Amino acid sequence: MTKVAMTVNGKPVTGEVEGRTLLSSFLREGLGLTGTHVGCDTSQCGACVVHVDGVAVKSCTMLALEAEGAEVATIEGQAAPDGTLNTIQQAFQDHHGLQCGFCTPGMVMSAAALLKDNPKPTEAEIRHYLEGNLCRCTGYHNIVKAIMAASGQDVSVLAAE
Amino acid sequence: MPKDQDTKDSGIGAASKRREDIRFLTGTGNYTDDINVNGQAYVHFLRSDVAHGRLKSVDTSVAKEMPGVVRIFTSADLEGVGGIPTGWQITDRFGEVMQEPAHPVLATEKVRHVGDPIAAIVAETPEQARNAAEAITLDIEELPAVIDMKAALNDGATKVHDDLTSNLCFDWGFVEDNREAVDQAIKDAAHVTTLELVNNRLVANPMEPRVAIGDFNRATGDSTLYTTSQNPHVIRLLMGAFVLGIPEHKLRVVAPDVGGGFGSKIYHYAEEAFCTFAAKALNRAVKWTSSRSEAFMSDAQGRDHVTKIELALDGDNNFTAIRTETYSNMGAYLSTFAPAIPTWLHGTLMAGNYKTPLIYVNVKAVFTNTVAVDAYRGAGRPEATYQLERVIDKAARELGLDPIALRRQNFVTEFPYATPVAVEYDTGDYGATMDKLIEIADLAGFDARRAASAEAGKLRGLGVNCYIEACGIAPSNLVGQLGARAGLYDSATVRVNATGGLTVMTGAHSHGQGHETSFPQVIAEMIGIPEDMVEIVHGDTANTPMGMGTYGSRSLAVAGSAMVRATEKIISKAKKIAAHLMEAADADIELKDGQFSVAGTDTSVAWGDVTLAAYVPHNYPLEEIEPGLEETAFYDPANFTYPAGAYACEVEVDPETGKVTIERFSAADDFGNVINPMIVDGQVHGGIGQGIGQALMENCVYDDTGQLLSASFMDYAMPRADDLPFYAVDHSCQTPCTHNPLGVKGCGEAGAIGSPPAVVNAVVDALQSAGKDVTHIDMPLSPARVWAAMQG
Ligand code: FES
Ligand code: FES
Repeated sequence: MTKVAMTVNGKPVTGEVEGRTLLSSFLREGLGLTGTHVGCDTSQCGACVVHVDGVAVKSCTMLALEAEGAEVATIEGQAAPDGTLNTIQQAFQDHHGLQCGFCTPGMVMSAAALLKDNPKPTEAEIRHYLEGNLCRCTGYHNIVKAIMAASGQDVSVLAAE
Repeated sequence: MPKDQDTKDSGIGAASKRREDIRFLTGTGNYTDDINVNGQAYVHFLRSDVAHGRLKSVDTSVAKEMPGVVRIFTSADLEGVGGIPTGWQITDRFGEVMQEPAHPVLATEKVRHVGDPIAAIVAETPEQARNAAEAITLDIEELPAVIDMKAALNDGATKVHDDLTSNLCFDWGFVEDNREAVDQAIKDAAHVTTLELVNNRLVANPMEPRVAIGDFNRATGDSTLYTTSQNPHVIRLLMGAFVLGIPEHKLRVVAPDVGGGFGSKIYHYAEEAFCTFAAKALNRAVKWTSSRSEAFMSDAQGRDHVTKIELALDGDNNFTAIRTETYSNMGAYLSTFAPAIPTWLHGTLMAGNYKTPLIYVNVKAVFTNTVAVDAYRGAGRPEATYQLERVIDKAARELGLDPIALRRQNFVTEFPYATPVAVEYDTGDYGATMDKLIEIADLAGFDARRAASAEAGKLRGLGVNCYIEACGIAPSNLVGQLGARAGLYDSATVRVNATGGLTVMTGAHSHGQGHETSFPQVIAEMIGIPEDMVEIVHGDTANTPMGMGTYGSRSLAVAGSAMVRATEKIISKAKKIAAHLMEAADADIELKDGQFSVAGTDTSVAWGDVTLAAYVPHNYPLEEIEPGLEETAFYDPANFTYPAGAYACEVEVDPETGKVTIERFSAADDFGNVINPMIVDGQVHGGIGQGIGQALMENCVYDDTGQLLSASFMDYAMPRADDLPFYAVDHSCQTPCTHNPLGVKGCGEAGAIGSPPAVVNAVVDALQSAGKDVTHIDMPLSPARVWAAMQG
């Protein structure tokens, strides 16, 4: 076991991990931050996306030890301390961008990373960017719409709802 | 009940935002894998890597000494544990009951599919359990794998189950008495269109893999199972009564937040029984979390039909008869509802939206060395719809008719309508949904869009189809006659609290459907109070009345009806209390906007005054009624509900590569009354996404030796955001169901049922528009298949 230290959602944390412990396991089991989900074992589904030093990563694809000293942001840190949803979260609720909610943490974290680099993405850019995030429930319609809305675009003219 | 009005901001018809979203959006959901029980151990299942073999020995001597190993179980250690039961018994066309093989929790003398569990290793950590599994030595004598269904039925074929007479589970005929008349009608027809097709095997793949945690309290002797289930009460009954012998009052099953199901989380699985059993045997909690790879080889799969359908028409293009023959893959064992899917949920829908007078459906269900097959979103109804809507399209092309006109000519137009396949449609207006489809899909603009595609070097095709489904399953007495070993009612307990808020405990289970939001809309409307005064409790057998759970688009139609009935009882009692408080007659009391008033006067008391009086009965008619305000209702539907609609797909095919892109997709559905239009739209979107996935990309493939070639998201193509378009969906055509109090029909499966034929019809249209002699391509319509078809 090796000691690891990082900042998660602005708070310094430490833990003991094996060399093979994934960041996703450290967050879920080590820190009890179960908002980060694990939906596959081949790095395909994106349910586990978090930000490490501002970059979206699949936390099932990174070792906990690789995050030593890093700033990690997870879904638990996205809303304001009083519980107010951030713009992307609110858009997901407003536009019914989630059903079972299992893909949702990864979707929200991916969307945040996209909008940081591309504040007004087109529909095609959003769909392309989400190729690493699977959702089985929504058919993606309302996810894409929510992200467009979160970026300030008028979504009232999209295909009939 | 009022119709859906998109302008309402609360109650029935309002697009109320989902309250459950807050926890899912902030990472505070409570999915089964998020639960950890103090002192829990972890189990890893050692699974067969061969499809068929005789299990000669399992040597655990090295493994059991490995670090952290608590105990290793094989079938010999499961004394007193029964097999996994099947919930439906089919009687074949000769009057014999189906062949029903044993399904042990851990393999006994044989392994029968890749993934069949052989040993369960319980250890202190998941890694230690996995490490120990690798140290187990198996001696398996490989047997030939039975994969192809038709070959499986050949004389002398290797048998999946040695003690059965063959690999045939049943040979079902429906309606058997119609068989000769159908044969004759086909002989006499002016035209017969024949189509052979495959309904490809699919994997449900909810994004949350299955998880089971067994727990045991030695002090009380109570067992608890936390599990990813769509129907905790069903699991409690099946597992308790048939597998582990635990009576219901000593067994609690909790299905907390569940990350999608689509059918695959209906069934009782071996892993659930094992964790519950092992927790008691070890006196500590035992947790299993499926990996995605395990899910591919242990979650029940869907579809997998090989079908020949013939459609007979008279000289005026009226449908006169339909005859189908289907081989339906059961896999190696019979999953919970497996026998019902290709039979009662498939044969009874073969009339579709059309008044074909004579129909005969034959289904041969076959055992193979593959994972068990059971309901997947739509469950039998997509298989019926696909073949019917494909053969109608083919007939239209053969006869040079407009496919829409041919459908319209044969629509059922008068209701109720008794089909020749045993069901009675209560309401519908198939012409109206077709008209609506033509409008929202802008079919008038298709030619121009086709020309524009041609400019860009692409072939554009249009596919249209209808669908009907039977939802809200189902009348218990009817399904009992058809072989169900369970009832299919549902339940709700409505508890009014002293200060006026309501807690509603329901047997339905939400795993994405949004019941916590939509159910309160109904009660808020009935009483005239804000939705947030109503809370829904579901998913725990300890605090919900016995109910059959959520599948078959049944929650609102069945559990919702129970909730309405219980609320009606509440209102009736509350009116008595109100009458007492206002010194008026019961019959004169009206309830509106949360106020009880005496008709024709301005005397009134508020909802909260009455609820308080019920629990603080100082001034209360105690001689006539009991204090308190809590009612339970069980509701058993009188019939299925029959949602129906019309779908249109426009594709572009790249003639160079065979790649198909979905350019437009439109769905006009009749779901009867709609409680929350936003949620309904979302359900349709998701269903369409899965249906397009089936049509274009998803395919579960075994090779001849039974190895699963599509065993991860690397090999099984799940639809992604850039494979799919925005959809145009509409549910404004509403013919309310006549036999449930809300007039609702159910919307959860329509999208998955209605969309595959639209896609395939569109691709065939595109290719024929370019002069290609292509009448059918089997799903999934991958570039390779489409390109090959274009080459002739
Ligand atoms: S769990 Fe990380 S990509 Fe699926
Ligand atoms: S909301 Fe269920 S997987 Fe996306």
